[in-house]
Amino acid sequence: MTQSNIMPGFRPALAYTLFYLGLVVLIPLSTLVFKSLQLGWGEYLDIITNNRVVSSFRVSFGTSLIAALVAGVFGFVIAWVLVRYPFPGKRFLDALIDLPFALPTAVAGVILATIFQPSGMLGKWLMSSLGVQVAYKPLGIVVALIFIGIPFVVRTVEPVLQEFDTTMEEAASSLGATRLQVFAQVIFPNIFPALLTGVSLAFARGVGEYGSVIFIAGNLPYVSEIVPLLIITKLEQYQYAGATAIALTMLLVSFLLLLFVNLLQLWARRRSGQI
Amino acid sequence: MSILLNNISKNFGKFAALYDVSLEIPEGELVALLGPSGCGKTTLLRIIAGLETPDFGRVLLSGEDKTEQHVSRRGIGFVFQHYALFRHMTVFDNIAFGLRVKPRKERPTEAFISKKVHALLELVQLDWLADRFPDQLSGGQRQRIALARALAVEPSVLLLDEPFGALDASVRKDLRQWLRNLHQELHVTSIFVTHDQEEAMEVASQVVVLNQGRIEQQGAPAEIYDHPANAFVSKFIGQTNIFDLSETESNWLQRAGILAEKPQGIFAHVRPHHIEIVKAEEASGSPVTLKDWQHLGATIRVELFNPQHNGSGATLFAEMPNERFKQLNLNKGDRVAVHIKQAHWFN
Repeated sequence: MTQSNIMPGFRPALAYTLFYLGLVVLIPLSTLVFKSLQLGWGEYLDIITNNRVVSSFRVSFGTSLIAALVAGVFGFVIAWVLVRYPFPGKRFLDALIDLPFALPTAVAGVILATIFQPSGMLGKWLMSSLGVQVAYKPLGIVVALIFIGIPFVVRTVEPVLQEFDTTMEEAASSLGATRLQVFAQVIFPNIFPALLTGVSLAFARGVGEYGSVIFIAGNLPYVSEIVPLLIITKLEQYQYAGATAIALTMLLVSFLLLLFVNLLQLWARRRSGQI
Repeated sequence: MSILLNNISKNFGKFAALYDVSLEIPEGELVALLGPSGCGKTTLLRIIAGLETPDFGRVLLSGEDKTEQHVSRRGIGFVFQHYALFRHMTVFDNIAFGLRVKPRKERPTEAFISKKVHALLELVQLDWLADRFPDQLSGGQRQRIALARALAVEPSVLLLDEPFGALDASVRKDLRQWLRNLHQELHVTSIFVTHDQEEAMEVASQVVVLNQGRIEQQGAPAEIYDHPANAFVSKFIGQTNIFDLSETESNWLQRAGILAEKPQGIFAHVRPHHIEIVKAEEASGSPVTLKDWQHLGATIRVELFNPQHNGSGATLFAEMPNERFKQLNLNKGDRVAVHIKQAHWFN
C-alpha cells in the first residue's frame, strides 16, 4: 500500500490494532469456538434447540430489545432536557446519569428487587393500583435492563444534541414549519444516528447483563431465565461444552443483530448526507 | 410590505441591545442596517423576523401589528449568516422545505414544488447542484441556496443577517452585485445587516446607521456620505481626518482654507478626497511633509505628516486620482501645501 494518506503510520497503527484485537478479543473468542467444536453437529443442535435454551434466548433478546427501545425514548427525553433547558440542580442530575455505570450491577439488582418485589415500596403500589407484578417476571428483567441501558442512550445523544446548530430550527420556523414539523423533520433526523448507536449499545449491554437481572428475574425456567444464567448453570454442572455451545450461539446472534444495526446506521447517515 | 418599528427596546440581562428604536421602511426598498459589532443591528433584524421579542415597542408589517406573532406566521424570509441549511437534506429538499411544511390545504403538488424549486435554482444559477448535500457546496453556493430557500415561500419581506460576512472578498463582490440585481428583479422589501460601510453603500437604496442600540441616521447612501448627521456617522462612513480646534493651531487651518469663516463647531471632519495638495514653493514655509502613499487602484491615498500638531491632526490622509498624483511628481519627504475644500463640523 502506498503512502497516499496525510496521516503517517498506517502500518504500525494497523499492526497494533490487529495485535490488540487478537490478544483481547479474537483469541478468547476462538477458544469458545474450539471448545464447542468438541461437540458433534448433532449434539450441538440438540443443546441449542432444547426448549429451555430456546426459551431463555427468547427471554434474553426479547427483554433486551424492549428495554433498549424504552431506554431509547426516555434517554432521549433526558438528554433533551439536560441540553435544552436550564434548571436548578442540573449538574447534579447530570452526574446522576452515570451512576448505573459505576454501581456494581449486583447492587443494582438487589436494590431493584427489593423495591419491586410484591411487598416492596413500588411493588406494593403497582400491585394494588394496577395489578401489575414486576419482580420475578420478565417485566422485572426489562426494568433492570432499562436502568442499565439509559446512560448509554443519554451519553451518546447528549453531545450530538449539544452540537446541533439551532439556527437550523430558526430557519425551519421562518419557513413556516410548526414546532412538531421542526422536531420531526429537522431535529430528529440529525439526532437519529446517535440515538441508534445509543439504543444498540443499550441492547448489546442488556443481552450480556447478568448481575442486575438475576435478583429481580426470579429465574423461572421457560419464563424468566436469561441466557447468561443458563450458561452459569451449565458451568456449575461441569457441562463445559454445553455452556460454550450456548455462548457461541448467543455470540453469533448478537453479532448478526449488531451488524444489522450498523447497516441501518450507515443507511441513516447516508440518507441524511452525513457521509 | 412596509415595515414600521415603534419605540423598540430590548435588553439582554443588564445589556441594552436596543434603546427606543423607531424606524419606517417603505415597500420595495433594499435597506442596510449598518453599524459596528454589538450595536444591536442583528437583534433588530431578529425582532422584525420574530426570532426575538422586544421588551417594549411594536412591530408593524403592512400596518398590521405583528409583535406577538410567531416567526412561522409572519411571512418573512430569513437568510442566516452561516446559512443554516438543513444538512441532512439535499439542496432540492432544502428549497422545497417551506412549500412542503404548508398546511395540507395550501400545500402545492409535488409536481408544482419541483417546478418551483428548479425555477429558483435557475434564478440563483445553481440548477446543477439540486442533488448535492450542503456539506458538498462552497460558501458562496450555500449562501445562494439559503437565499433560494427563503424565496421559495414568496416572503413579503426578505431579511438577511450579514449575508456576505463569511465569504472571501472576490465572491463577496460578485454576490453584492447579484443581490442588487435580484432585488431589482423581484422588488421584495429587503433588509440586510452589515458592518461593512462599503457594502452598505454599494448595495442598499437606504442605509440605517446604528450605534450602541440607537439609530444615528437613516437615508440614501449619498445623503449619509455627504451630510452625516453626527460625528459617529461621519467617522463610520468612509475615512475622515479629524481636526480638534482646541488642539490645532488655527493659523494653519486658516491657511489650509477651512477657517475662512467662523468655525461651526469644535471638530472639523474632512474627507480624504476633500484635501488637495500641491508641491510647496520653497518660500511658502508649509510645515507639512509627504510621509508615504498607497495605491488603491484608481486613486492614491497619500499620508501626510503635520509636525505642528501632536494629536488628532498629526497624520493626514488625502486621496486623489492616479493621474493627478503622477503629475505632482512627489517623493517621500517633500514639502507640500494643503488646501481643504470642504469640512463637516461637529461639537
